[in-house]
Amino acid sequence: MDQTLSVTELNLYIKNLLESQPMLAHISVRGELSNYKIYPSGHHYFTLKDSESSIRCVMFKSSADKLRFRPEDGMGVTVYGRVSVYPRDGAYQLYCAHIMPEGIGDLQVAFRQLKEKLEAEGLFDESHKKPLPRFPGKIAIVTSSAGAAVHDMIRILGKRWPMAKILLLPVRVQGTEAPAEIAGAIRYANEFDVADLIITGRGGGSIEDLWAFNDERVARAIYVSRIPVISAVGHEPDVTISDYVADRRASTPSNAAEIAVPDCREIADLLDAFDLRSSQAMRKRITALWDRLDFCSTRRVITAPTAAFDLRRLEVDRMRERMSAAGEKQVSRCRQQFVALTSAMEAMSPLLVLTRGYAIASSEEGECVRSVAQLQKGDRLSLRLCDGTAQCLVEDTKRS
Amino acid sequence: MAGKKQTLSFEESLGRLEEIVRHLEKGDLPLNDTLKLYEEGTGLIASCSKMLDEAEQKVVKLKKGPDRSPIESDFEDENSHDA
Repeated sequence: MDQTLSVTELNLYIKNLLESQPMLAHISVRGELSNYKIYPSGHHYFTLKDSESSIRCVMFKSSADKLRFRPEDGMGVTVYGRVSVYPRDGAYQLYCAHIMPEGIGDLQVAFRQLKEKLEAEGLFDESHKKPLPRFPGKIAIVTSSAGAAVHDMIRILGKRWPMAKILLLPVRVQGTEAPAEIAGAIRYANEFDVADLIITGRGGGSIEDLWAFNDERVARAIYVSRIPVISAVGHEPDVTISDYVADRRASTPSNAAEIAVPDCREIADLLDAFDLRSSQAMRKRITALWDRLDFCSTRRVITAPTAAFDLRRLEVDRMRERMSAAGEKQVSRCRQQFVALTSAMEAMSPLLVLTRGYAIASSEEGECVRSVAQLQKGDRLSLRLCDGTAQCLVEDTKRS
Repeated sequence: MAGKKQTLSFEESLGRLEEIVRHLEKGDLPLNDTLKLYEEGTGLIASCSKMLDEAEQKVVKLKKGPDRSPIESDFEDENSHDA
C-alpha cells in the first residue's frame, strides 16, 4: 500500500484488468431490457437486469443500425458484447455488439412489430383491398428475372390465359437493395400505368431470403398501388407482410398465376354453354311461334274461309223464304177479302134481281121510272132485263 | 358492325353475351329484336372463341428509358443470356 493513484489511474487500471479477461471480451448475457433509450447520436443506452441485479449497457450506432427489430423495455434478450469500464464515471458496463430476442429470432420480433404497426394503421384492412380484374390484359410481374418463380408464372399464365401480356419488371428479391427495388418497381408500374394487375413475389427460402417482402417500404408501395397486387412469396406456410397488405395473397408464385387469370378452357366451356343456351332459347321461341301459327292456321276461318258466308247465305235464304211466305199469305188474305167483298157487292147488285124476272124501266132521258105518274101514253120506255134491253111504247097508264 | 365488335374487350364481350342469353331465355322481346340479339350473340361467341384460339402469349421485359418512360425489350433473349 505504498502507491497512491489518481482516480483516473485507478479507473484505467481496473479497465485494463477487466479487458485482459478473455471471458469478458466476448460474452453473452441473458436478461431483460429496461430503460431503453435511443439518443440523437444514434447510440442506444439501456439497462439489462434480472430479478436481483442490473448492468448498464451501451450499443453504439454502428452496431445498433444493424438491429432488425426494435428493442423494447421488458423484452427478454441475450446481449452479445464485452465488459469494460467507462473511466469518466468509474462504472463498468456492457458494450453491446448485438441483441437477440429470447426464444424467437430477431426477425420474428421485427416481423411482429411491423405487422402490429401496419395493422394498427389499417394497411391490412379488407375494405382497402381492390378486386382483381376478371380478364387482365396486361400483368406486371415484379420479381427476379432469374429463378424458377418467374418461369413458373409465365408458363402457367401462358397455359391458362395466353391473351394476357406479361410485363416483367426485374428486381433483386433479396439483399439490402431488394426492398427499395421492389417498392420502386411497384410505384413505377403505377406511375406509367403499365398493367392492370401486379404480381410480386419470389420462390421459397429462409426467413432472411424472404425478408424483402417484410419490409415496410414494400408494404407501403403495395398499399398505395392503384393497380391490384397479388403477393406470392415462398411456400405455403410463409406469410409475409406483403401478403397481408396485398389485395390477394397467393401461396406460391404458381398459385399467383392461377389466381391472376381464368383458365381459357373454362371460358371456352362457358362460351359453349352460352351458345347452347341461346340456340335453345331461340328454338323454344320459334317453336312457340310455330305452335301459335299452327293453332291459327287450323282454325275453320282459315281452312274454310267461305263457311261463315255460307252460313250467312243460308240465313239470308231463310229470311227470303220467310219474307215471300209472309208476302203470299198477305196476298191470299187480300184476295179472299176481295172475293168476299165482290160477292157481297154482287149480292147487293140490282142486276141480280133481274135474273129473277124483274125489269128496270128507264125513261128516254135515262131516269129510272118508279111511278106510273111519270108516264103518259106514247112515252118510250127502255126495259132492262137480265140479259138485255127492250124498247117499249106506253099505250095506257092506270094507277093501281 | 364488325368494327363495333372489335372495340369490345373480352370482358365486355362476355358481359354482353350474358345479357343477351338472359334476354333470349326470358323471351320477352319481339321476334325481330330476338333474331337481332341472337345474331349478335352468335357473333360475339365466334369472336370470343377466335380470340381464345388465336391468343399467343407475349412476354416482355420493362426497362426505364432515358426519360423514365418504360421501354419494352424481349424477355426470352435476356433469359437465354442469363442461362
